[in-house]
Amino acid sequence: MVATHHYLILAAALFTIGVIGVLTRRNIMVILMSIELMMNAVNINLIAFSDRLHQVTGQVFAIFVITVAAAEAAVGLGIVIAMFKNKETMNVNELDLMKW
Amino acid sequence: MLELILFYIFAVIAVVSAVLVITQRNVVHSAVSLAGTLLAVAGIFLTLHAEFLAGVQVIVYVGGILVLFVFVIMLIALERSLTERQFHRQGRIALVTCAILIVELAYGLYKGKDTFPPIPGETAAAGFNLSQNSQRVGEALYQNYLLPFEIASILLLVAIVGAVALAKRKTEVEE
Repeated sequence: MVATHHYLILAAALFTIGVIGVLTRRNIMVILMSIELMMNAVNINLIAFSDRLHQVTGQVFAIFVITVAAAEAAVGLGIVIAMFKNKETMNVNELDLMKW
Repeated sequence: MLELILFYIFAVIAVVSAVLVITQRNVVHSAVSLAGTLLAVAGIFLTLHAEFLAGVQVIVYVGGILVLFVFVIMLIALERSLTERQFHRQGRIALVTCAILIVELAYGLYKGKDTFPPIPGETAAAGFNLSQNSQRVGEALYQNYLLPFEIASILLLVAIVGAVALAKRKTEVEE
């Protein structure tokens, strides 16, 4: 039996790595992947407490998080393709159309 | 004991490949590292007796979302993005933000450790059965959480329509 705080620390580490990726990388694909990393960290937390409390609610909620991740990936990649058609770039620094 | 060893193996794989995801220069290498993280997280789910979720993780994440990522990389990958600078100039701000985040998480974990539920006894074995886990998740999903389930399916439908509409729209260049 692994204590719950091990899982929480692992999830915190993965979440922080995801935040660093979103904040520092310039390639939009890597930013989307970092968001997936953060969602995975949340799922680890949910399932750790689901195991700890002997309730499946956390696992059901994790399924919803995976659903949202799938929807987010589909729409996000659609936006990436539309963006690439217009600007021929994957670099978020060059997307400054709404900046003044 | 075995569980602890497995947990550490999976945790190390997950964290190392997560670091690789955000440091690799080539996007395809990032995607492969992300596959490593996702599979390791599936292993973590197994050590948590969530066998159904481990399967869903492998099928939906590695088999679905990641393939979608690789597909899009294949469609739009730029040779010149390999030679460009990979990181923002805002690294220092990101470092400060993450330091605050880490302190916050550590404080939360430290303060909350007494409120964690007590360590369960032998009843933990109840969730160990594969069919039982899937059955319990399915019952919860289709009985208690039927409305959220339907809303999730509508969300997926909207996402599909939105993704197609976004990717198919004609650009000014093409017109």
